[in-house]
Amino acid sequence: MSGSFIGVAQAARLLEQRQASSVELTAEFVRRAQANTKLGAFLHLDADLALSHAQAADSRRSAAGTGPGPSLLGVPIAHKDIFVTEDAPTTAGSKMLQGYRSPFDATVVARLKSAGAVSLGKLNCDEFAMGSANENSAYFPAHNPWDVSRVPGGSSGGSAVAVAAGLVSGCTGTDTGGSIRQPASFTGITGIKPTYGVCSRYGMIAFASSLDQAGPMARSAEDCALMLSAMAGFDERDSTSAQRPAVDYHAQMLALREGATAAQPLRGLRVGLPREFFPAALAADVNRAVHSALAELERLGAALVEVSLPRTELSIPVYYIIAPAEASSNLSRFDGVKFGHRAKQYGDLLDMYKKARAEGFGAEVQRRIMIGAYVLSHGYYDAYYLQAQKLRRMIADDFQQCFSRCDVIAGPVAPTVAWCLDQGSEDPVQAYLADIFTLPASLAGLPGMSVPAGFGEGGMPVGLQLIGNYFAEGTLLHTAHALQQATDFHAQTPESLQ
Amino acid sequence: MSAAKQLLVRGWEVVIGLETHAQLSTVSKIFSGASTAFGAAPNTQACAVDLALPGTLPVMNRAAVERAIRFGLAIGATVAPVSIFARKNYFYPDLPKGYQISQYEIPVVQGGHLDFLVGGVSKRVQLTRAHLEEDAGKSLHDDFAGPQGEKSSGIDLNRAGTPLLEIVSEPEMRSSEEAVAYARALHGLVVWLGICDGNMQEGSFRCDANVSIRRPGRPFGTRREIKNLNSFRFLQQAVDYEVNWQIDQIEDGFQIQQATVLFNPDTGETRAMRTKEDAHDYRYFPDPDLPPLVIAPAWVERVRSEMPELPAAMAARFVRDDGLPEYDAQMMTQSLATARYYEAARHACGQAKLAANWVMGEISKRLNAAGIEIEAAPVGPVLLGALIRRVQDGTVSNNSARQVFEDLWSAGSAQASPEGDGALALAAVDALIEAKGLKQMNDSGALEAIIDEVVAANEKSVAEYRSGKDKAFNALVGQVMKASKGKANPAQAGELLKQKLG
Repeated sequence: MSGSFIGVAQAARLLEQRQASSVELTAEFVRRAQANTKLGAFLHLDADLALSHAQAADSRRSAAGTGPGPSLLGVPIAHKDIFVTEDAPTTAGSKMLQGYRSPFDATVVARLKSAGAVSLGKLNCDEFAMGSANENSAYFPAHNPWDVSRVPGGSSGGSAVAVAAGLVSGCTGTDTGGSIRQPASFTGITGIKPTYGVCSRYGMIAFASSLDQAGPMARSAEDCALMLSAMAGFDERDSTSAQRPAVDYHAQMLALREGATAAQPLRGLRVGLPREFFPAALAADVNRAVHSALAELERLGAALVEVSLPRTELSIPVYYIIAPAEASSNLSRFDGVKFGHRAKQYGDLLDMYKKARAEGFGAEVQRRIMIGAYVLSHGYYDAYYLQAQKLRRMIADDFQQCFSRCDVIAGPVAPTVAWCLDQGSEDPVQAYLADIFTLPASLAGLPGMSVPAGFGEGGMPVGLQLIGNYFAEGTLLHTAHALQQATDFHAQTPESLQ
Repeated sequence: MSAAKQLLVRGWEVVIGLETHAQLSTVSKIFSGASTAFGAAPNTQACAVDLALPGTLPVMNRAAVERAIRFGLAIGATVAPVSIFARKNYFYPDLPKGYQISQYEIPVVQGGHLDFLVGGVSKRVQLTRAHLEEDAGKSLHDDFAGPQGEKSSGIDLNRAGTPLLEIVSEPEMRSSEEAVAYARALHGLVVWLGICDGNMQEGSFRCDANVSIRRPGRPFGTRREIKNLNSFRFLQQAVDYEVNWQIDQIEDGFQIQQATVLFNPDTGETRAMRTKEDAHDYRYFPDPDLPPLVIAPAWVERVRSEMPELPAAMAARFVRDDGLPEYDAQMMTQSLATARYYEAARHACGQAKLAANWVMGEISKRLNAAGIEIEAAPVGPVLLGALIRRVQDGTVSNNSARQVFEDLWSAGSAQASPEGDGALALAAVDALIEAKGLKQMNDSGALEAIIDEVVAANEKSVAEYRSGKDKAFNALVGQVMKASKGKANPAQAGELLKQKLG
């Protein structure tokens, strides 16, 4: 790994061994971020604030030291601009919230802050986290560091770019239908969407409340484990947050499996391959990379078993009913009355609403609000929303069937590698189809991960998706870590940026 | 049949169902930690959650749920083991999220009934449901100036998120009197249960009345809903106006359109606000931010164990333990305040029936005349109890006691009442009796002297009595009372007189 691409774990070790100060690391990342603004990763970069926080972290470390184990104290990170922050503006990638300042930090932000992580600023994303290419950002697109003519994926596109280009050690992302996993896959980094309820949603601007989940995006499974330990945990301000004791994901990641050997750390692990995740239409390069990663897992002792998720295709209509339905309601608060965009000229109240929302929201957001309002309408609710909820339960049941035969499920994250900017499908439905492999775990509320698995067409990264049972983040991280100990896909960096 | 006939208005049967919003008396809001206190400066009691700032989420206030459980138990309803919060979506400036969190398909309280008296006759109304929801803020349209003093509308979000219990009755009331009696009984109950302060001026208890008319025996007519009635008088006026309006419409050959109407207290008229055609599609769906509200049996039992004694149980106790007649016991439990007053007075004097008589008599008469509630009575129960003791022990006659009571009532609002201290109350009553010279003459020597004088001065009456005319005896007692300036104990006077006359 090039010296510039310092991951979370590596930064933590450098800081702990006093080989670098937080100010030094932060200054280096700020320099790289400022030198790479063309990538469009940051919506807001605050070098002064970051450096002053870094200084504070350094003082804290010299005053008190840190406890045993790696600490995030002084590690430079950044946040997807979907998390509200006290000391930086929050836009959700939308004109609607241009200039908005939150009076409080999101729980995830506050937890990383109290762990001592230093935030450089806010990262680009699709507007209100709706999109899979970061082209729906109201400000500017983000570019894939592996090929700047290509998209980085979305909606956590800026997050993926920031890590892949070495602009931060790690960062936060959010995943509603694949928004952590797919950009991680497109940019060759590691990202985990935890079980629904593991990370508090308080302060995460809601897209689809029953699906939204925060997670870390970083270079390695170890990086993610360190960040997730700080981010996760019950929050009384989020009623859907899981009431479970705090988890040390780093320890879970390192814990040896029963029967494991040095050569075969994954011995006894049953990896389920849903046949529906390997359709004929799957791009050959993606198929090849995923299979080579699977072969590696086998070498590490895992047993591959075929399983079935028969409603995989149905997850697309189910998701594109439920998510817009919730979004249409969640986004009602953006009415121009209390905060956010309001038109300069308007007539009556209705006109004020219409103009604020027509001007403030982009096309994709408006499309989803309309779909959502439609499926919840009187006379359509039963046929769409209720039916979708029933199918959602069946999809979750299908996973439980699989988990009776395997410990983790594996497959591709996305059917293709990253496509070129402005070359995405004109037809939104075609674009939605590309979410097919990430949606099922989202609908079931299961943890999912993207792990670099190699490279495909045009030298673009390919991600391996791992899906675990509820609260089995430790198993996913352990599996990914074993793979990353044996391979170096996650350590590859784009040549142009080294 | 004849009873039903009496309720017809111009030959039409009136059908009324009420939806009542009772503001639950929690310290903080239903989904946030902000205060619910009334009357604060605009927007000073609205936190990030109430303002629906991006990223905020609701958290259920258990105290609101407990109040709903309490209500459910009191009306014999099913407390749902699982109920669901739903979003009711519509845009309005005083609705910060663009949706109201309410309960739709599965409410927390299901069924139940309310018993009450209408004109002394018992009536039972079935309840459909009661559900938890949040209140909206307030839009200030009148007399509101913008930042530059221009005419403008303001939004006060202090009320946003205040917990409400919406209590829905079946359409089982057949007159405005029944509707008012139901509303009064419901009001009494929620205050009795301590779940609502019942302050109607502040909007803590307000009714929507669904009104329709039909010919007896016919299916229900089309209803119109009168919104936001915040006094019993307005409820009565609005329903009466609406019923006559509907009859006029139908008799003039028009059909009733389903509509939401507003009552104007100044004109006493109802006016349509919106009709069914422009009714909102609220796009209800389960709120994904709130898990189903699960109420375990143990929770219900704990709330049950903390319930105050209910009116019916308390009335039964008054009959059983205090020996009150059924009617008196009912009257003493018309409200928790009345019951508390009665119990305190009874405790102070040890005379249940006398205490009840005074509450139903003098107290009730004076409260009605003054238009105040019993909590505000200038003569508190301990003071009343002291007075009753002085009647009971013969210190004053009933007539004199009423004079003392008048003085206590008039003075009560001006001076500190000696409530809480029986001895002080007794001293205050004694002092007044002394000052007014109303003490009964219980000294038989002095009384005998007066009787001797009366006998000597009324030979004619004495003779008549002795010849068997009982009336003459009463006249003699009257003379004794007059000569004693009312201080004689009439019973004692009668007895001594009989002895004298042999």
